[in-house]
Amino acid sequence: MSAATIVTLPDQATARIPKMNFLTKENGLLSWLLTGDHKRIATLYLISITFFFFIGGALAGLIRLELLTPQNDLVAADTYNKLFSMHGLIMVFFFLVPSVPATIGNFLMPMMVGAKDLALPKINLLSWYLYVIGGLMMLWTMCVGGVDTGWTFTTPLSTHYLNTHVVSAAMSVFVAGFSSILTGLNFIVTIHKMRCPGMTWFRLPLFVWSNYAASILMVLGTPVLAITLTLVALERIFHIGVFDPAFGGDPLLFQHLFWFYSHPAVYIMILPGFGVISEVISTFSRKRVFGYTAVAFSSVAIAVFGFFVWAHHMFIMGISNYSALVFSLLTMLVAVPSAIKIYNWAFTLYKGSITFETPMLYAIGFMGLFTIGGLTGVFLGATGTDIHLTETYFVVAHFHFVMVGGMLMSFLAGIHFWWPKWTGRMYPEKISQLAALTTFIGFNLTFFPQFILGTLGMPRRYAAYPPEFQVLNVFSTAGATVLGIGYLLPILYLTWSLKYGAIAGDNPWHATGLEWQTQSPPLTENFPEIPIMDHEAYDYEWLERMERKEVASV
Amino acid sequence: MSDSTAIAQGASAGAAPHGEHPSYQRHHFETVGQQFDATNFAMWIFLLTEVMFFGGLFTSYLIMRNWYYRAFVEGSHQLSILWGTANTTVLIISSFTMAMAVWSAQMRRKGALLLFLGLTFLLGIAFLGIKGIEWHEKWVKHHVPGIHQYSEQAFLNPASDPEVFKEYHDKPLSPGMAQKTEEYFFLYFAMTGMHALHMVIGVCLLVYIFIRARTGAYTNGHFTFVENFGLYWHFVDIIWIFLYPLLYLISRY
Repeated sequence: MSAATIVTLPDQATARIPKMNFLTKENGLLSWLLTGDHKRIATLYLISITFFFFIGGALAGLIRLELLTPQNDLVAADTYNKLFSMHGLIMVFFFLVPSVPATIGNFLMPMMVGAKDLALPKINLLSWYLYVIGGLMMLWTMCVGGVDTGWTFTTPLSTHYLNTHVVSAAMSVFVAGFSSILTGLNFIVTIHKMRCPGMTWFRLPLFVWSNYAASILMVLGTPVLAITLTLVALERIFHIGVFDPAFGGDPLLFQHLFWFYSHPAVYIMILPGFGVISEVISTFSRKRVFGYTAVAFSSVAIAVFGFFVWAHHMFIMGISNYSALVFSLLTMLVAVPSAIKIYNWAFTLYKGSITFETPMLYAIGFMGLFTIGGLTGVFLGATGTDIHLTETYFVVAHFHFVMVGGMLMSFLAGIHFWWPKWTGRMYPEKISQLAALTTFIGFNLTFFPQFILGTLGMPRRYAAYPPEFQVLNVFSTAGATVLGIGYLLPILYLTWSLKYGAIAGDNPWHATGLEWQTQSPPLTENFPEIPIMDHEAYDYEWLERMERKEVASV
Repeated sequence: MSDSTAIAQGASAGAAPHGEHPSYQRHHFETVGQQFDATNFAMWIFLLTEVMFFGGLFTSYLIMRNWYYRAFVEGSHQLSILWGTANTTVLIISSFTMAMAVWSAQMRRKGALLLFLGLTFLLGIAFLGIKGIEWHEKWVKHHVPGIHQYSEQAFLNPASDPEVFKEYHDKPLSPGMAQKTEEYFFLYFAMTGMHALHMVIGVCLLVYIFIRARTGAYTNGHFTFVENFGLYWHFVDIIWIFLYPLLYLISRY
């Protein structure tokens, strides 16, 4: 493996980071807070979601620490409820939903379509401010005592029985939701209207396709969550409403409305990750993504099917057998486009010239973990097994495999992959490979035992459990510690690399995307002049011709 | 490309802020047409999100109405069809004046633009005023659920409310069903309230547009903002066109 690398860096003795770039164009706090530049907004987002990730992570650490022993000893049961609720809310709405789209997506989208900026730069900035306001509201909620409804705001628990800060938590999610709507709206408009000459739909990188699909979900799903949470808040304030059976309301209606958003939301979280994986797998196999069109359409198919499966969260909540049957069948359908992606990536690897730089390690980890997460989803989508497995740790393990094993792995893959473009400097390769490996081991140690715990019948959302489950829980907590180290490492060495990393040059990976054909870090306008797209996406022969020409001309 | 040429070209691109294109064209757009297309398309997508937002409310309404149909019918009898119709008319006329305002902006007629914007503003205020009168009526009759001692008297004993009884001759509701009229009024206030909130935002934006239009901002060929605001105004209008029969005319269709 030692010689097998595609990285070529410029001669470090003479190389300089370009003096004029988006980071150095203007200075001062205001030039950041009032910026319209998508790359700067992406940077702001990156800092803020990392902050929330570590808060959510700390809460997860406390949860695992409590579960180290069967007794309810570290925190009171009430506090435990608040811990997992705040963990869920922060991780879902303040990390996973904005993670790839608002950071990597914001940074790349205009460059990938060959534009100077997103279509609506001010709206983009507004979306960051809404995110921050929502985040501050959530932090305030946490400081004054938190909320213990679970991230799902289940009624009538949330509207009637609890004495915690449901309204401020709901409004915080409402505000953050609008931030995500605006990001999605901006992406859709940009992809439709801002493509450079020659950039046809089927020349777009797959990252753009998958973000497009996620944007559709954001734009259509999030408003439904907004009105649902508004109704929950009204119901709580005025003690009259449509969800609480005590007033003649229907708690199932809440479930339908909530999951109408929150099921598509899991595709909002994972689809952009798929995009990252497509880019990374192609670059480090030196091959065009196998079945480009199929992968592109499978993103859209996931977005469409994603809207028709929400009731599989409600199989045991009293929906009719017939609708359970229909929703179960529709759920199986989603497996098809997801499998198309995994197979196509596998075929891309086949006979490719594979190298194992850090982004590729994360991407390969993603493929394995997401496949397990996806397949266990089929267990839960089948009505028969779901009755046994639902509300157990099996569910917890399943969605952590998809969200953490899937989305977080792809997020880290993307951050490493585009770090040289973003900052102009390389991250240190060896230690980051170690971090990728640590994450993978820690992740499996944390969450695989939870599948077994779930099948054995350990319920989720309890602070205490019968002693016979302790061994597996100790494994899980130990794994969480390893995982924590795996996530701390990138923070440390990426920060280090800002000053001491090797200078990356324009295209250290020899990747084909338009973003790699400009300087790193890019100019505020991205390209010196608007590019003209005259080749297919992932055309490595075109790249080779370009590079040969450049050498010849120098 | 080497870094030095990139810098040189970047610097020259930055040095010529407004070349041959008009001042209102933002730098990241290639042409004015692209700018108009993009913002217009963005507005349509925003309205799509609004459809989904109100969609959640309409779904809740539909389910509750199916469950508690009689409570919804008698609840709706408490609304004044006269005021409701008047408000519908006001809004439809305001849509017309708004459309005329957009046309005036496109035709670069500043006087006409100001006139029609002003008319739209007045009609918007009129709508909110009438809505206020109706809400006040509900408040006086204790038909505001949640905050002002809800009274079921008019539904348990319709004859106690002679004005409404004279017109509809409603039969008394059972205590259980009479309680569900609260559900009706909750949705009534939630839906009309959400609609009124959109109207208030619209009226505020109208003031902003009016002030800018006085300086000739939209009659120089750059009417995008007026046009997009027009779309918003018509959308809020259409929401009312659905709310009116759903809330006022339940027993009449």
